[in-house]
Amino acid sequence: MSNAIETERLRKTFGEKPALDELNLSIRSGSVYGLLGPNGAGKTTAIRVLSTLLEPSGGKATVLGLDVVRDAKAVRQKISLTGQYASVDEDLTGQENLVLISRLLGMSWGEARNRATELLSAFGLSEATGKQVRTFSGGMRRRIDIAASLVTRPELLFLDEPTTGLDPRSRNQVWDLVRQIAADGTTVLLTTQYLEEADRLAERMAVIDNGRVIAEGTSHELKSSLGGNALRFQLADPTRREEARALVSRIVGDAVLPNTDPTAISVKVSGASVAAEVLSALSAARIELTDFALGSPSLDDVFFTLTGRPPVAPAAEKELAS
Amino acid sequence: MSMDDLSTRGEALKLPPRRAPAGALSTVITLAWRAMLKIKHVPFQLFDVTVTPIMFTLLFTYMFGGALAGSPEVYIQFLLPGILVQTIIFITVYTGVGVNSDIQKGLFDRFRSLPMWQPSPVLGALAGDLFRYSVASLLIIGLGLILGFRPAAGALGVLLAFGLVLVFAFAVSWIWIIFGMLVKTPESVMTTSFLFLMPLTFASNIFVEPKTMPGWLQVFVQVNPVSHLTNASRGLMHGTDVAGDIVWTLAASAVIVGISAPIAMRMYRKER
Repeated sequence: MSNAIETERLRKTFGEKPALDELNLSIRSGSVYGLLGPNGAGKTTAIRVLSTLLEPSGGKATVLGLDVVRDAKAVRQKISLTGQYASVDEDLTGQENLVLISRLLGMSWGEARNRATELLSAFGLSEATGKQVRTFSGGMRRRIDIAASLVTRPELLFLDEPTTGLDPRSRNQVWDLVRQIAADGTTVLLTTQYLEEADRLAERMAVIDNGRVIAEGTSHELKSSLGGNALRFQLADPTRREEARALVSRIVGDAVLPNTDPTAISVKVSGASVAAEVLSALSAARIELTDFALGSPSLDDVFFTLTGRPPVAPAAEKELAS
Repeated sequence: MSMDDLSTRGEALKLPPRRAPAGALSTVITLAWRAMLKIKHVPFQLFDVTVTPIMFTLLFTYMFGGALAGSPEVYIQFLLPGILVQTIIFITVYTGVGVNSDIQKGLFDRFRSLPMWQPSPVLGALAGDLFRYSVASLLIIGLGLILGFRPAAGALGVLLAFGLVLVFAFAVSWIWIIFGMLVKTPESVMTTSFLFLMPLTFASNIFVEPKTMPGWLQVFVQVNPVSHLTNASRGLMHGTDVAGDIVWTLAASAVIVGISAPIAMRMYRKER
C-alpha cells in the first residue's frame, strides 16, 4: 500500500457550518505532509476525523488502508495523535504520564517504567522526571506530549500545530524531532499556520481554506504555480504606498501580490527587464525604497494569492514573535 | 538545555514496535491508578471529601439533636446513616468535574485515539471515586462512633449499608458524567449539579421524619430515591426490616445506570 491517507470528498458539518467541504487528500507513506491553512480552515477537524475522534458527515477516508469509521479500532492500533494542546495529565509527573500511556498501549508495569525513563532521557526531560507537568515550560510540555505519542512506533503520527506558541528555540527542537521520526519510517501529518514550518519539514503540502484543498504540491511547485519571480520592495514613506502601487500596476497589470506589510509591495514579474522597469519608474517618481529583492515567490505570497488573506492572524504572529 | 543537547540525545530515540492492545481490565486498573495519583499529587481534592462530612455531622448533630430528638445522642442514631448518604451523593459530582476537565485539557482525545477498550477512562475514573467515597464513609462512621452512634446491626450492617450507598453513588455518577460532557467548564458542572442535589438531599428523610411536612412535600419525599436509600441504610445499620427500600434503591440505581450509562458512553464516543 503506497498511500498512508486517502480521503475522497470528505465532509464534516457542525450544525449548518461545514468544517470540511469535500476534502480530497492523497498522502504517500513514509513522508512528512503539511496541512496548511489559517485558523478555522478545517485543519484540526481533518486530523480529528482521520484519527477516528470524529465521524465524518459524508465522503470516505482511509488511513493506512483502513476505513476510519468501519475499522476505527484497527486504525487506532497504528496511529498516534498529538493534539493541539498538551494532552497529558498536568497533575501527574512526566514519568507517570509516560508510564500511563505505555501501560495503556499494552506494556507491563516494569516495561512501562523502563520505557518512560528512556523517553524522558531521549527528549531531554530527565531532570523533570519527578516534576508535575503543570510546572513544565511550553517547550517541555510539547516534548512530553510528543514523547507520549512515541511510546511505541506508530505507522502514522498526527501532529496538530506542534509549534504554535513556542519560542524559536523550542520550535527548532520540535522540527528536529519530526525529522528524526520521519527518518525512522513513520509517516507524519502535521498541521501548521506557519508557512516556514511547512517549507522546512514537509515534502508535500496541501493548502486548505474553508474545508477544501485549494492547492497541493511540493513547496517548490506551489511557489512556481504563481509563475515568474517576485520583486519585493520596502517604501521609505509608507504614505506613498497607494501611489507606488498604482504606478507599478500600470507596468505589470494585476500582478501586484497582496501583502500585509503596509510599507512593502510584492510584484510578480516575468523577468529581470520588467523588474528593472518597475524600479526605474519608482525612481523617476521619486518614491524612495529602503530595500528591494528579486526572488522566487514565498509561500506567504502563494497563500495570500490563493486565499486573499494573510496566512497568520496578527495575534498568532505576535505570539510567535514573543 | 540547548538545541544541540536535544539532537545528540535524540539519537537515542528508539521506537519499539507496537504491542498487542492491552486488555480491558488492565486499562481500567491503569486508569484507576492514575486517579489515585491525582489524589496523591493534589491532596486538596480530598479536602471537600473529609472536611464537609465532619462539619455536617457535628453541626447537625449538635444543632438539631436537642430540638428534634431530645438529645444529640438520640438524634445521631437517626441522622448518621442519612449524613452518609448525603455526603457520598454530594461527592459523586466530582466524577463529572473530573471528566469535564479531562475533556477540556484534551486528555480524552488522546485516550480515545489509543487502541484500548473505549469505556476504560470513564470506568477508571469511577474506580478512583470509589476510593474517595470510602475515605469519606470511614470518616463519618468513625466520627459517629465517637459521638455515640451505636449501630444495632454491628459492623456487618454498617458494611452492607455502605455497599448499598456505593451502588447508588455509582449510578448517580453516570448522570454527572453526562453533565461533564455537556457543559464548558468544571465549575458549571458543580453549579448545575448542586441545583439538583440540594432539593434531592434536603427534601428527603435524611434530617427529619417527613410527617410534619406539608402534603405536597411529603409526596416528593416519598418518591425521592434518596429517601429510600436513607431508609435502607438506617435499617441495615440498626437491624430493622427494610427489604422494600433496598429493592427500591437497587431498582432506582439500575434504572439510572440503564438510561444514563448508554447515553454517556454514546456521547463519549461521538463528537464534541
